[in-house]
Order: sequence, then structure tokens, then C-alpha cells
Amino acid sequence: MFRYIVRRLLQMVLTFFGATFVVYALMFAAQDDPIQALVGERPITPSQRTALTERFHLDDNFFAQYWYYMKGLLTGDFGTSLTNRKIADMLADAWPVTLRLSLLAIVIAATIAILAGVVSGIRRGSIFDNATLAITLVVLAMPIVVLAPLAQLVFGIKLGWFPVTAGQDAGLWQLLLPATVLASLVVATELRVTRASVAENLRADYVRTAKAKGLTRARVIGVHVLRNSLIPVITLIGVDLGALMSGAIVTEKVFNIPGVGFNLFRGIRTEDGPLVVGFVSVLVIVFLVVNLIVDLLYAVLDPRIRYE
Amino acid sequence: MTGVTDISVDLDPRAPLLHVDDLHVEFRTRDGVANAVNGASFWLNPGETLAILGESGCGKSVTAQAVMGILDSPPAHVTGGRVLFRGADLLQLPEKSRREFRANRIAMIFQDALSALNPVYTVGFQLAEMFRKHRGMSRADAKRRSVELLDQVRIPAAQERINDYPHQFSGGMRQRVMIAMALALDPEVLIADEPTTALDVTVQAQIMGLLAELQRQRNMGLILITHDMGVVADVADRISVMYAGRIVEEAPVYDIYAHPAHPYTKALLESIPRLDHKGRQLNVIRGLPPSLTDLPPGCAFHPRCGYARDICRTDQPPAYQIAAHRISRCHFIREVLGV
Repeated sequence: MFRYIVRRLLQMVLTFFGATFVVYALMFAAQDDPIQALVGERPITPSQRTALTERFHLDDNFFAQYWYYMKGLLTGDFGTSLTNRKIADMLADAWPVTLRLSLLAIVIAATIAILAGVVSGIRRGSIFDNATLAITLVVLAMPIVVLAPLAQLVFGIKLGWFPVTAGQDAGLWQLLLPATVLASLVVATELRVTRASVAENLRADYVRTAKAKGLTRARVIGVHVLRNSLIPVITLIGVDLGALMSGAIVTEKVFNIPGVGFNLFRGIRTEDGPLVVGFVSVLVIVFLVVNLIVDLLYAVLDPRIRYE
Repeated sequence: MTGVTDISVDLDPRAPLLHVDDLHVEFRTRDGVANAVNGASFWLNPGETLAILGESGCGKSVTAQAVMGILDSPPAHVTGGRVLFRGADLLQLPEKSRREFRANRIAMIFQDALSALNPVYTVGFQLAEMFRKHRGMSRADAKRRSVELLDQVRIPAAQERINDYPHQFSGGMRQRVMIAMALALDPEVLIADEPTTALDVTVQAQIMGLLAELQRQRNMGLILITHDMGVVADVADRISVMYAGRIVEEAPVYDIYAHPAHPYTKALLESIPRLDHKGRQLNVIRGLPPSLTDLPPGCAFHPRCGYARDICRTDQPPAYQIAAHRISRCHFIREVLGV
């Protein structure tokens, strides 16, 4: 187990460098004139231009720039954005709210998916099963750019049930509506996986044994079927959590939540290379760590899996 | 003997231990109705071993699961017959009372212990569950009893192995765990559904020996479901031969080997490879078992039977009593017996 974790951590280092390199290269390639982008419409003197070029190493070749960047990153210096704010500070501001939002979303999604999925799995072909299939398909088919403003309009503005936007220090209540919108992205797949897994496990031989042992139906399902059925679902939820943290761009924009997605969106639009790369670097790390935890959790849930 | 405290069912100690009478089970699927069991009847006494013998798909496992009441319904439906335990018809009982019989009075072990045990719980958990849920024992007591059980089925180092998962056991040891679990609550009837099919021949013999020994100690009725005539010969007292969901012949074990009274039994015996017939062509039963959704009229075996005549295609043979404990469903018993 220990050796497995070490090996995974080494793999993560490689992945991290690979991913940041690609993102950095893309931002580098897309750069037109970052100094002009920085100053905006105002004119700029040649001496200012020289100073800024010097400061951001803009005259050096791509690899040298990447080297400077990674050197800073590894010493904890994320650099400054083109808006002259320290990216480390921006990260510290953005991450807590995104973390809260995505955790809330995953809790909502997992609760609905597991409860409804287990019931559908037990009662395949029932009205409940068909209704959840229809509803999840509708939600799944609706793009988030439609769903988010629609939810905001209906539940926030027309009905007034929820706050319309959520700010920096948004509490659970303010985040509930955007989190629900976000949850709708993943709930359908999680539900279908739960349903299929429960249905499959119900037919397993060990369920027949559990019945032959004279156990109640509640125990057969709640103890024997559930634990086995949740193995693939937990894995999926872990991967979804990683995806939600980075996938909240539209939702954060619509609900004006100053999180990771919100900052990324702004960075991409203003060609703010350091900002985008900084945020993506952290996202990559979060994603890798979440995946490692999911894989370790897998071994806890399924004793047949042994890592070495 | 059993520690069951609340059985609200009246049992008659003079009635047969288990009597299955004219059992019918059908599977209702989208493709039609499959008649899996079509009037199976047999009985069992304490300390006795009854072998139910037949090809795959002849309904023997379905019969066993109908007796246990663990068929998946839908698609399976018990459409007729009685399952009498000491005179009480289990099929008429509400699910709650029925459950009391499972494991407490009738227990079952399955073919493939690897898939029949829950992969994500330790063997100790799955054993202790019996005592905790049925007997309300404490965690510590249940564990102590579980270790005793593993000792009884002769699993070495039971104290340590109790914390292992099913996949950490060998095939034979796993089947011992299954047996221990089935015997936890001292059932009066044990149904063993192909208990040794998934095992090596040497391990098979050990497991059959263990089953026979435990059965003697406990004076338990044993129903052994198998397709293996070799396994049957050593341990069974009586044999019921099943074909297309019906018992076609029933006889004490010696008689059936010496004088089979049904063409199907006879064909089964002739299809066993024998050393003294080395070099000769093996007699196999021609054709395939009938489709359960479309059983042939008359005797279900007639399309594969060398004795078949017109009557076999139209009239289902009744159960002819040919001796005290011998029954055969064939219109031409005399010819088959060669008398």
C-alpha cells in the first residue's frame, strides 16, 4: 500500500509538470501583446514597454519563460496577474467559496442519486423508475448555460425563494441554488450508475445466500447489496467532485460567485496568462489528489483490491 | 434442538420432516412462460440423504429455491403444490413466518462459494450475522460461536481466519465456510445445491465426507442436488431423478444403479465412462433437453427415448409404484427393467 502511494505520488509529479507545460504553452501561443492587454487603451512609452518586458521576461524564449514560471511556482510564488494582484492572494480568495460550492453540489447530487438510484434499481420498470429516467434525461439534455440563468430567473427573481447572487462570503443558503444547478450536471450519471449497480447486485449469488440465511429484506438490501453497489458510485462521485471544482465557470459567472471558475473566465478573456496558468496548476493538483483519494477509497470499499 | 423462540406455526412431529407435493414453478418472462417445475414430489426423513439428480436446467435448483422460498418473484411464481415441513405448508405462510424457517430449520449451501459469499464482508461478519440477527447474541458471543463453527468444519487457525475475506480462502475452505454458515442455527434440513461441482476431485471427496459426518452427528435430513452420478452413489440413501421439472424415477440408491426403471435413468447410467468399457463408443443421450417454454406433449422424454411409442407422445405417464419406495413415470417399465 505504501509503495503504491509513493508510486502514485511520483506519477502525480510527472502529470503535474506535463499539464502545466501544456497550459503554459497554450497561453504562450495565444498571447498577442500582453503589455497592451495590461495597459488597455492608454498609450505606453517605449521605456515603460522595455521595463515591463524585462520584468515579465517577455523577450526570453518559451522554455526560459516556463523555467522562470515553474521556479516561482515551486517556491510558492505564483507570480502576479497582469492586473498587478498577487495570484496567491487571488487563489486564497477564490478557493474557499468554490470548495464550498462544489462540496454542497456533490452532497446534493449524491444524496438524490443514491436514494433514487437504489429505489429505481429495486423497482426496475416501475412508474418511479421511468419518471426518474425521464426527469434526469431532461436535466441532462439541458445545457448549463440555459439551466443556470433559468433557475436564477424562476427561483431567484420570479418566485424569490433563493438569493439571486452569492458573494465572496456566501453562506450555505446563498449557495444552495447555484449548487443545485451544479449538481444537475452530475446527478443523472450518478443515478444511472447507482441504479445499474443495484440491479446487478440484486441478481448476485451472495444475495441469494443472504436470503437463504433468513435475513430481512431491509438487511439484505441495506447491508449486503448497498455496500457492493456503492463501490462504482463512490468512484464516480470522487471524479465528479474534481470536475465540479473546475466546471463551475458558467454557474459562478451567472450567480456572480467570485470563485475559481469566475477568475478563470476573467483570466481567459483578458489574456491574463499568469492568472490562468496559476489557477489551472492548482486545479491540476486538486484533481490529482482527489483521484488518488478515490483510488485509495476503492481499496477500502472493496477488500479484493490490493495495491502494491 | 433449535433455539427458535417464536414459531407461531403448528408443527406435527409425526409428519414427515419435509414433503414436497406436486410443486409447480413457472417463470413469466417477456418471451413466454417457462415451466421450470411441473409437479415435483419427494419426501425426506431425519438423518436421510436424498439425491436429486438431473441435467442442467431440469429444475432441480429451482425446486430447492422454491422450498427455501428464495426465488426471485417476478419472474418466478410458485403456481401449485405444497411444501410441508412437519405437516405445515410453508407456501401458505406469511413472509415473516417463512423467514423463521430459513436457516433455522431449512438451510442451503450453493455451488460456487466464491460468488455465494459476500465479497466485501469478512467471513467472521457473515457467520456472526446468523447469531446476531437470529439469536440476538452480543458481538463477542457471536464471534466465539463463529470460531467454534469454523473449527467444526475443520478450518485450520479459525481464530485468525475469521477476519479474512472470502477471496482469501481456497475453494475447498470457502465451501467449508458455506457449510459452517448453513449449520449455524442447527437446521433440521440441509439442501446442498451442487456443493462440490466447482471443486477439484480430491477436495470434492473431503467436502462430501465432511457433509456426511456432520449429517450423522446432527441427524439432519440432507437433500443433495447434483448432476454427478459418481457423487451420488457414495452418499445418497435414495435418488430422485428429475427431467423437465418432474421426478421421473425415485428409488433407493442400490436399486437405481442395479435396475433403473426409467429410460432416462438408464441412459444416464450408460453415459458414465467406465474403465471396463475402454475402447468402446460411449453411449450418450441423443438430442437436447426440451425447451421449458415449449414442453413436448405426453412424456417430456419421448423425443430422446428409444422405448417411445405412440402413447408416449400423447399421454403423460403416471407415477407407477413398482416397489415400496420405488416410483417410475414410464409407460414401459417392464421393458426398461427387462422383466
